[in-house]
Amino acid sequence: MPETTAAHEHIIKSYDTELTRLLTEITSMGQLASEQLKLAATAVEERDSELAARVVQGDAAIDALEHEVSHDVLRLLALRQPIARDLRDVLAALRIAADIERIGDYAANVAKRSIALNQAMPMRPAAALPQLAQVAGAMLRDVLEAYRRNDAEAAIEVWKRDVQLDTLYTAMFRELLTYMMEDPRNITPCTHLLFMAKNIERIGDHATNIAENVYFLVHAKPLTGERRKNDHTSAVIS
Amino acid sequence: MTNLNLATAAALNLTTPSEQTTSTAKITARNLNFYYDKFHALKDIRMDIPEKRVTAIIGPSGCGKSTLLRIFNRIYSIYPKLEARGEVMLDGENILDPRYPLNRLRSKVGMVFQKPVPFPMSIFDNIAYGIKHYERLSRADMDVRVEQALRQAAIWDEVKDKLKGSALGLSGGQQQRLCIARAIALRPEVILFDEPTSALDPIATGKIEQLVEELKRDFTIAIVTHNMQQAARCSDYTAFMYLGELIEFGETETMFTRPSKQQTEDYITGRFG
Repeated sequence: MPETTAAHEHIIKSYDTELTRLLTEITSMGQLASEQLKLAATAVEERDSELAARVVQGDAAIDALEHEVSHDVLRLLALRQPIARDLRDVLAALRIAADIERIGDYAANVAKRSIALNQAMPMRPAAALPQLAQVAGAMLRDVLEAYRRNDAEAAIEVWKRDVQLDTLYTAMFRELLTYMMEDPRNITPCTHLLFMAKNIERIGDHATNIAENVYFLVHAKPLTGERRKNDHTSAVIS
Repeated sequence: MTNLNLATAAALNLTTPSEQTTSTAKITARNLNFYYDKFHALKDIRMDIPEKRVTAIIGPSGCGKSTLLRIFNRIYSIYPKLEARGEVMLDGENILDPRYPLNRLRSKVGMVFQKPVPFPMSIFDNIAYGIKHYERLSRADMDVRVEQALRQAAIWDEVKDKLKGSALGLSGGQQQRLCIARAIALRPEVILFDEPTSALDPIATGKIEQLVEELKRDFTIAIVTHNMQQAARCSDYTAFMYLGELIEFGETETMFTRPSKQQTEDYITGRFG
């Protein structure tokens, strides 16, 4: 790693323009995904099926941006043959775009299931979902800001926060299980809620992936060490 | 011979122990300074050229990389007012010592230049000419030596039927490989390449790069190049020089993925002013 991280401009200015464009595309993708998640949570909270439908449709814009990023990365690799920091910039953009695209999918999925959920009577556990989305949304916003500022330390902070989301998800999982055991008529809405919660928990995982990429981008080595996980739901048997 | 890199790396505080190799240094430069009359062109160079590996020397024009290469076979000594101070050890002997016979040095350290310069004679004689300066061979032995050199330089198949033809009729890429064959024919231990492909098209360049990869089995190679990708593709180690100083030396993979110095990164990524 160089002693300082101050990157000078390229002699060929258009190279900088192309790298900046990549950063802008990722930023736009991230903003869209954040907004999608927020709206999906609102749709759940307010049982607003129309809003949910708009979120489902909105996913196409994120997908389109991901295609643009892929195209630009391909172009940069072929025409600029980036190395060292530039190569990491390009690789990180490609990986982060893939993570954001998945986050967008999960947000759309939450919205889609909320439409089905609205067919049933309101359920108390549904109230916990927006809180879950809020934690995941904050992680996403912070990690994108860390990416924009090349701030590996801030990225690590987000990486560590995933444990909070896991804890909330595990609690919600147990609560839903209890509801389902109490009354079999709860199984359908609770299953939807379970998938929605899992989708949001996965958004947190993708935010940590982005954090790892920011770390790699800055330090040229992978972020090692065991990440604390508090999602114990895979071991639950009753 | 000294352990490769240890001195250089220690001096520059670069590589971690896991990155150090067990290769040995064929050439070691210590406190090497070079002057073009009053101009101080190389400043306290401390560097190892590992044996049977390819070392690329990169840096902007005027950084001293070609000067350094030319010291390794004392080619500078044909010009007046040029002076090298310090030590350049080849297998433990200081080649800068005037008592080190130039003939012996040139037979151990061959050189290939930017522009191929075949002698205006036949392909066969281009190879045989140098050998005759050092050895007296029978006609049959000479035939074998010439063929060996041409084969090793991956040009035999293209010239075997026209050995008596003029070397000047060959293409640029073929001429360069002929020059490599001419260097190889003297059975050197080190081959120095000074921008060997800058005048060649990509196909001819590819053939030379492939050849360099094969030659490192038998020879120690140092290559000066302006082509970053070529340095990345061909070399095991890379030295980055700037304003007569060795800024960074390390394994090529490290140098092109996570160099230690900002100056190196700026240069290889095209940010250098």
